[in-house]
Amino acid sequence: MADSQRAVTGATIELDDLTKRYPGSRQPAVDSVNMEIAAGETVILVGPSGCGKSTTLRMINRLIEPSSGRIRIDGEDVTDIDPVRLRRRIGYAIQSSGLFPHMTVAENIAQVPKMTGWPKARIKERVEEMLDLVGLDPREFHARYPRQLSGGQQQRVGVARALAADPPVLLMDEPFGAVDPITRDHLQDELIRLQHELHKTIVFVTHDFDEAIKLGDRIAVLREQSHIAQFDTPEAILTNPSDDFVSGFVGAGAALKRLNLTRVRDVGIEDVPTVTMDDPLQEIFNKLRERGGNELLLLDRQRRPYKWLRRGDLMRAKGSLARAGTLVSHHVTRDATLRDALEAVLTDSAGRVPVTGRRGEYVGVVDMETLLNSVHELLEADRMAALEHRHDLEESRAHQTQEQLESGFAGGDQP
Amino acid sequence: MDFWSFVSNRRQQLLMDTYQHASAVFQCMVVASVIGIGIGVLTYRNDRAGRLAIATTVTIMTVPSYALLGLLIPVLGLGVPPTVTALVLYALLPIVRNAIVGLRGVDPTLVDAAKGIGMSRAAQILRVELPIAWPSILTGIRVATQMLMGIAAVAAYASGPGLGNEIFNGISSLGSANALNQVLAGTLGIVILALLFDFALILIGRLTTSRGIRG
Repeated sequence: MADSQRAVTGATIELDDLTKRYPGSRQPAVDSVNMEIAAGETVILVGPSGCGKSTTLRMINRLIEPSSGRIRIDGEDVTDIDPVRLRRRIGYAIQSSGLFPHMTVAENIAQVPKMTGWPKARIKERVEEMLDLVGLDPREFHARYPRQLSGGQQQRVGVARALAADPPVLLMDEPFGAVDPITRDHLQDELIRLQHELHKTIVFVTHDFDEAIKLGDRIAVLREQSHIAQFDTPEAILTNPSDDFVSGFVGAGAALKRLNLTRVRDVGIEDVPTVTMDDPLQEIFNKLRERGGNELLLLDRQRRPYKWLRRGDLMRAKGSLARAGTLVSHHVTRDATLRDALEAVLTDSAGRVPVTGRRGEYVGVVDMETLLNSVHELLEADRMAALEHRHDLEESRAHQTQEQLESGFAGGDQP
Repeated sequence: MDFWSFVSNRRQQLLMDTYQHASAVFQCMVVASVIGIGIGVLTYRNDRAGRLAIATTVTIMTVPSYALLGLLIPVLGLGVPPTVTALVLYALLPIVRNAIVGLRGVDPTLVDAAKGIGMSRAAQILRVELPIAWPSILTGIRVATQMLMGIAAVAAYASGPGLGNEIFNGISSLGSANALNQVLAGTLGIVILALLFDFALILIGRLTTSRGIRG
């Protein structure tokens, strides 16, 4: 399949002074939102309930018509085009999955391709492909009705339906808000994986800041009337919240949350001496003696971490490898977050855990010391970046004020 | 003459009346369903329009069938036209009311989803809202059909077709030999027809309601 073509499927979104005023209320529900979203980027709109984040999202596909302002997708002004045509180019997934109960899973997914006039054979193929993509077995699920699915499965089908016609933009309105925490975690991981393959432009609304950190390339923290309090990367928001509102929203434990953003493979991994089950006993003895007091990691035949061996362990087990040493109780993958790694290290009795590769093979070891060092380095780097950022911001602000002053004087229209 | 020999003697006439009765009810139901669902679709989104539609059809229902025919005869003459008009008008209430209730009962998030994935208004109605409201609408059609079976008998008063003729003839010649048999035959015919129609509608419901929403 044309994987290289698929890699650039997103489209840019620009919101220009987007405003929604409802008749009868003095304050606009959404007040002049300006936002530029790059192609292939995942942007999370997060904020307290009633802040207008959903309204903002629903103006992008014009389920709510903006009172003023412009929406541009891929540079094209879509504020006045036929909304039905516009929506067929934008995937839409909502909280309750919104699956049509009287249609099978396959019929639900086929809706948009059908409306856009795809040939039947291609639709059928596409439905199977989409089910595969969201991790549901096509043969098992395509003839089922939504009520025969669990909440998580319904949500997956909802995402499959939203993506079926391969839209460049995907809008998601609290899609995982109604499922249990374990399923939600799983669905979030799936979305990350999907986005890794598809590179859509995703705008995602949630009130859960942890979800925002996990999924977003950038996060827009919104206060009432959809005023943007801060629009930045998760790292920047965690380490340098722009004001009390944002830090209140970030909540306690920002440093701990920061650990979720870095993976084990990004930090230093130590190497420990290893032996395998097939090594002759004498050699293992020698190695143990050489290392004086240190441990050896015994690997099984697939080179997966198996046991920790210390000096004397073999003696006590009377030379039997099967009985000697302590089993490896915790290990983390290279893709695990530092938070997971810290958890494992804290739980491990000796404060060190093996790191494994994709097939579970030994890669290295992390311990308390390396982790602490990495975290300090990370936080320090964040702090430097934040300082620089603040500096830039102040400079551009000063520049702006100056411009405003100049144009104000030139126009002379200030009261 | 006992009842069964009366029936077999007049078999031809009775079958003819039964056929005409069934055909009149069937055709009126088709027309009334189309008009009723149409009114439902046009009014369910607006609170006032919906109430007006239901109030109007309720008012029609409260007019006694005998009186309605009496009012229609001077305008439409005798025979089929006043019969069809009256039957369609009476059938409207249950259909309109159930269509409105059914369409209003569709989960608004589904309509939002339908709109959000790019369905036109017509597609939202035809592909999502009507199929989901269909069980409720079909219940209205069943109630209306049962009602029409009885009301169609009264149409004989306006020289309409059907089993009502047997009943009316019987009543007007009470005391004569076959009067009671005639009334009985007409009534029994209507009851049997009503049961057959209801059975057919249940079957139609089974076949046309998606397995995904069948209770």
